[in-house]
Amino acid sequence: MENPVEIRDVTYAYGEGALRREVLRDVELRVAPGEIVILTGPSGSGKTTLLTLVGALRGLQQGSCRVLGHELAGAREAERVALRRRIGFIFQNHNLLGFLTARQNVAMALEMDGGTGEAQRLERAGALLGAVGLAEHTEKRPGQLSGGQRQRVAVARALVARPGLILADEPTAALDKASGQEVVHLLRDLARSRGTAILLVTHDPRILDVADRIVAMEDGRVVGDGSAQAVLG
Amino acid sequence: MNAMNDIRPALRGAVPQPGFLTGSWLALRLAWRQLRSERARLASAIAGVMFACVLVFMQLGFRAALFESATTLISAMRADLFLMSPMTLASFRPETIPRVRVSQALGVEAVQAAVPVYLAQASFRNPETGKRRMIQLIGFDAEAGVLDLPGLSAMREALKQPDTIAFDTRSRPEFGPVAQIFAGQGPFPVQIGNREMRVVGMVELGSSFGADGNAVLSEVNFRRAVRERPQALVDLAAIRLKPGADLLAAQAALRAIMPPDVAVLTQEELRRHELRYWEEATPIGFIFSFGSLMGLIVGMVIVYQILFSDIAGHLKEYATLKAMGYSNGHLSRVVLGAAGILAVLGFVPGTIASALLYSVVAEATFLPLSLGADRALTVFAMIFAMCAAAGLLAVRKLRDADPADMF
Ligand SMILES: Nc1ncnc2c1ncn2[C@@H]1O[C@H](COP(=O)(O)OP(=O)(O)OP(=O)(O)O)[C@@H](O)[C@H]1O
Ligand SMILES: [Mg+2]
Repeated sequence: MENPVEIRDVTYAYGEGALRREVLRDVELRVAPGEIVILTGPSGSGKTTLLTLVGALRGLQQGSCRVLGHELAGAREAERVALRRRIGFIFQNHNLLGFLTARQNVAMALEMDGGTGEAQRLERAGALLGAVGLAEHTEKRPGQLSGGQRQRVAVARALVARPGLILADEPTAALDKASGQEVVHLLRDLARSRGTAILLVTHDPRILDVADRIVAMEDGRVVGDGSAQAVLG
Repeated sequence: MNAMNDIRPALRGAVPQPGFLTGSWLALRLAWRQLRSERARLASAIAGVMFACVLVFMQLGFRAALFESATTLISAMRADLFLMSPMTLASFRPETIPRVRVSQALGVEAVQAAVPVYLAQASFRNPETGKRRMIQLIGFDAEAGVLDLPGLSAMREALKQPDTIAFDTRSRPEFGPVAQIFAGQGPFPVQIGNREMRVVGMVELGSSFGADGNAVLSEVNFRRAVRERPQALVDLAAIRLKPGADLLAAQAALRAIMPPDVAVLTQEELRRHELRYWEEATPIGFIFSFGSLMGLIVGMVIVYQILFSDIAGHLKEYATLKAMGYSNGHLSRVVLGAAGILAVLGFVPGTIASALLYSVVAEATFLPLSLGADRALTVFAMIFAMCAAAGLLAVRKLRDADPADMF
């Protein structure tokens, strides 16, 4: 089976001319099917930039990045949009639509899938909200939920389209310790049972235990790759 | 859509995109859910569209009423051809032609009858308040039956009596309760110019921008009322042709024998001549078009503001949707869908309000204001275009929602 993420020799720079600054240099990274990889490193080391490249949110400049079997080097905007439908995203903030219920928010991730009908979308959304422990709250709007509950809705939204890959950037940053851990453990369990790979960026040492592998970055380069003990000492 | 389908095979395991109709429906539903969630904003957007709608309805209504009322007199005349001075700009201010042209017209084989028509403005004294106001006098041979107005034929004999007039019940109310007095006590005296005349009946014609009210009277009585008018001059000649006569041939024959001091016009030509005066020689037509345009621009700005702030206030959410695989095109459909919804939601109450205003204004001005299906359709097209333009302007703001900024 092909790796959901295969990155080779990726170099990326912001700005042009005199303002040009390389923030990624010759990055190599792969994530195996169903694997949970945590990307960590000091602020400004390029973790988020790398994640936006993998998520097809930004065009690749140099190197090769295969995501879910699709090469992103030279990919057109429409191809990138189509690829994003097969990736689940979890952001630092939940970014739920305030005027939709939890269930409708989750179903939004299925609306761009022409193969689903309305009833099916709502049913799958409801089932996933149940799986993240929000069966009682499906008809509430984000404003009526706690921070942890909202992030769990976001987890359900990222998973509902059965993506092959989940990308998450600091998903616990806005949460207290307990709800943070609860959210990542939920994410890990659901991803494991579905065989979904996760690439997760975090500074948060309290959640490193969910990772199969840890990749450390510094100054735009990968400086460590292995088990938690091997990378972090 | 098809371009998207073409690249699909290259993208293994790709998700099939919803079809155009399903996609549009989903976009429209999302737009509605968002609009609905902010009641105050929705209400002000609807009020903005309503405002534009009412303004355009009123402007178009006035414009059409002006043009229609300007020609009611001409339309009411039972004649095939008219002789008129080429100098006449509009019938409320006619230039005269020699009376002899009327009898000359009879020299053309196809002509059955030629009747002089006299037009003048004279002051009419309100029988209640005594205030004077200019009224349009329409003088003609009562026998000739050239003017086809409801009620007129019945009072043919009465109008032959000296110093009699028939009053237009659809004149502006400033002339006083003439119809009510007449209904109560029958014929009664009024003052026209310096002369006392008797109201002997009622006709229905209608006020126009050129005439606040009308009084119909015989040729002889017209001369009595308008003393300064020399006998040898008339304002218009109405010509009836023999049955089966060819209109254009008769017009050509008349032109051939007439000196250049008269123009020979068909009824339709005279109507258009009158319309052209109001449309071109006065700024009135322009003013109404300009008024409509202003209403549409104000409405567009309001709708644009609402749509723009809806996007600007939800940039993160829009960027999230883009990250989730919503294309810019689909999100544009959401914004345009919101514009379309606002167009409909503003148009419906706007049309109802306009219909009410029409009846109020028609009652006050006696202008023929009517809200027909074709005008409603025109206004809807304008309002829809206005909202679409606002939507297209607002859509540009979507570019600021960059999913790469989301992490
Ligand atoms: N849009 C941008 N334009 C220009 N420079 C940027 C942009 N985004 C990030 N950078 C710069 O690129 C470098 C890497 O940023 P990035 O956000 O990838 O780091 P990070 O590892 O995610 O940091 P943090 O842990 O603080 O989130 C930083 O120096 C940052 O200032
Ligand atoms: Mg970051």
